[in-house]
Amino acid sequence: MAQVFHRSANTIARASIIGVVVVVSVLLWAALEVQRSPYATYQNVAQAQPVPFSHQHHVGGDGIDCRYCHTSVENSSFAGIPPTKTCMNCHSQIWTNAPMLEPVRESYRTGQSLIWTRVNDLPDFVYFDHSIHINKGVGCASCHGPVDKMPLTYAANSLQMEWCLNCHRAPEKFLRPRDQVFNMRYEPPSSQNKVKLDDGSVFTDQIALGNELKHRYNIRSIEGITSCSTCHR
Amino acid sequence: MQNQPYYRPLRENDFYADKRSARPIIQGTVARGHLEADTYFYTGKIGSNDGDYMPFPVTAEVMARGQQRFNIYCAPCHSELGDGNGMIVQRGFKHPPSYNTERLRKAPIGYFFDVMTNGFGAMPDYAEQVPPQDRWAIAAYIRALQLSQHATESDVLPGEQIAQQPPPGVNVSPPFDTQGATTAAPAPAKPNAAPANGGEAKP
Ligand code: HEC
Ligand code: HEC
Ligand code: HEC
Ligand code: HEC
Ligand code: HEC
Ligand code: HEC
Repeated sequence: MAQVFHRSANTIARASIIGVVVVVSVLLWAALEVQRSPYATYQNVAQAQPVPFSHQHHVGGDGIDCRYCHTSVENSSFAGIPPTKTCMNCHSQIWTNAPMLEPVRESYRTGQSLIWTRVNDLPDFVYFDHSIHINKGVGCASCHGPVDKMPLTYAANSLQMEWCLNCHRAPEKFLRPRDQVFNMRYEPPSSQNKVKLDDGSVFTDQIALGNELKHRYNIRSIEGITSCSTCHR
Repeated sequence: MQNQPYYRPLRENDFYADKRSARPIIQGTVARGHLEADTYFYTGKIGSNDGDYMPFPVTAEVMARGQQRFNIYCAPCHSELGDGNGMIVQRGFKHPPSYNTERLRKAPIGYFFDVMTNGFGAMPDYAEQVPPQDRWAIAAYIRALQLSQHATESDVLPGEQIAQQPPPGVNVSPPFDTQGATTAAPAPAKPNAAPANGGEAKP
């Protein structure tokens, strides 16, 4: 009987083994990239809202502090979305005829809630708490990005576990003095930009400042805040 | 797993017509720890008149807290100086009176608490956004603001001088960046400047 396979089949067989490995790895890599991409995480994707509320105008333009609207951010896990009454504090007199604001006025008249679309949404199996981050010197901007420049709110970070851990493994890279947490224009210390603490000590280097704050604010050990049960409880 | 069948704050619930999972409190309910027995602390009134003392001692921390809260909740309209030229007023809101008018300087401290609690004319109330303890701190800080805008030569401590010009590098009208700063209150915030009786304990 004649040989079914030519000698070169050996090479093809070997090559195809490598080929399969390459193709499978590329597919895996692609899947991981898609899973991390804005397509899956909605990072940097602005959401349509019932009222086109602009942080750029209200925070950047009018200088309103986050806590005016997100009242519970300092002492609860939930930052709080303002009730319609808070909008009406000002919009009872400003832009009173704008059609854009009709849903707000209607909600105020009827008592029906405005239904905002969530922008940052963790899965329910993750435990997150705003107050501890605020009280230990993590700025809103470190997690939410330049909110004061957002005409429509978007999530500036992926909120994936990788991203949380990136900070929990080295919080000194991100910490800032507590009184700067709400300041959207804070710049981390550098040789041009000196950052001063209440007691007068001056820092020109983020790591040095971070380590000092870690000590002052009693931040737990890296093992403590990266153990699974910190966030999955 | 992603969305589990329990309610996180403000999550929708289809059972109720208004879709709120957090139900509004039924009128007359008193939550544990929320019995408002100390009427002066919660209303600023003695009988139907505004009281003129603080229900707790005014310390430097209370002043710093008052300043911080004032800058968050009141400065958008009243400005950080209390003259009523805040950013929202510049955008078209009704101009509030300056705190430095004769009438408001004579007003009892409980009056400021009452305005925050119930609103006044075009001004909305802040009862939801600012808890009573902070409302008192703000009231004490407004007193200090009024004094600071009305200081005279005799208020200067012996041996000190009034600077004719602000020292170089000092910004007189603080920019937005100073918001949330927890620095101490401005100069004339003497703890006894606001009438404090120091008698009653905090609830
Ligand atoms: C005038 C009121 C107001 C102020 C001031 C304000 N916000 Fe908001 N914020 C809102 C409203 C209303 C929403 C919901 C609509 C939306 O997502 O845009 C919101 C949404 C958000 C969200 C997204 C919430 C989600 O769905 O995940 C973030 C993050 C946020 N705000 C951060 C901030 C920060 C940081 C500041 C201060 C620099 C700030 N906000 C100041 C009213 C305000
Ligand atoms: C402290 C006062 C204040 C509060 C509170 C406030 N606004 Fe405004 N809003 C303004 C001012 C001032 C403008 C005019 C914009 C400008 O010139 O900066 C404005 C403009 C707007 C506009 C139209 C212009 C734009 O920004 O595109 C919308 C929509 C709006 N606000 C929605 C809201 C909603 C929704 C809320 C409640 C979460 C709210 N505002 C709470 C002061 C306020
Ligand atoms: C350590 C990161 C971090 C910091 C710092 C932070 N946030 Fe958030 N924020 C989040 C995450 C994560 C969510 C989504 C929470 C969820 O889905 O349960 C969120 C959600 C929100 C929401 C939506 C309502 C809610 O609580 O779920 C608002 C509003 C908000 N943040 C405002 C703020 C403001 C204002 C500050 C600064 C004072 C701030 N955040 C600081 C991570 C952060
Ligand atoms: C920019 C830095 C930063 C980011 C990003 C961050 N964290 Fe944190 N987190 C901290 C710091 C600092 C602490 C305080 C640790 C301490 O006090 O020892 C903390 C503490 C916590 C705690 C402990 C709370 C408690 O009461 O024990 C939890 C839970 C937590 N973070 C969850 C998260 C989750 C979930 C995310 C991602 C969505 C996240 N964090 C993102 C800096 C960060
Ligand atoms: C700092 C907070 C934090 C810590 C610590 C943490 N996780 Fe997570 N974990 C998260 C967040 C946030 C998510 C949600 C990610 C997402 O939305 O894709 C998550 C998701 C997961 C998932 C589900 C992944 C998926 O794609 O559905 C698993 C499994 C998991 N974590 C396991 C662990 C284990 C095991 C540990 C300990 C070694 C751990 N986590 C520690 C924050 C944390
Ligand atoms: C949205 C803008 C706005 C904000 C924010 C605001 N006010 Fe006012 N306030 C006004 C206006 C307008 C008036 C004048 C009301 C009138 O005469 O109809 C006023 C009047 C007052 C008066 C004087 C009442 C009188 O007898 O003339 C006091 C005291 C006062 N406000 C205190 C406060 C305090 C304290 C806060 C912060 C918790 C605050 N306001 C926040 C707009 C505001």
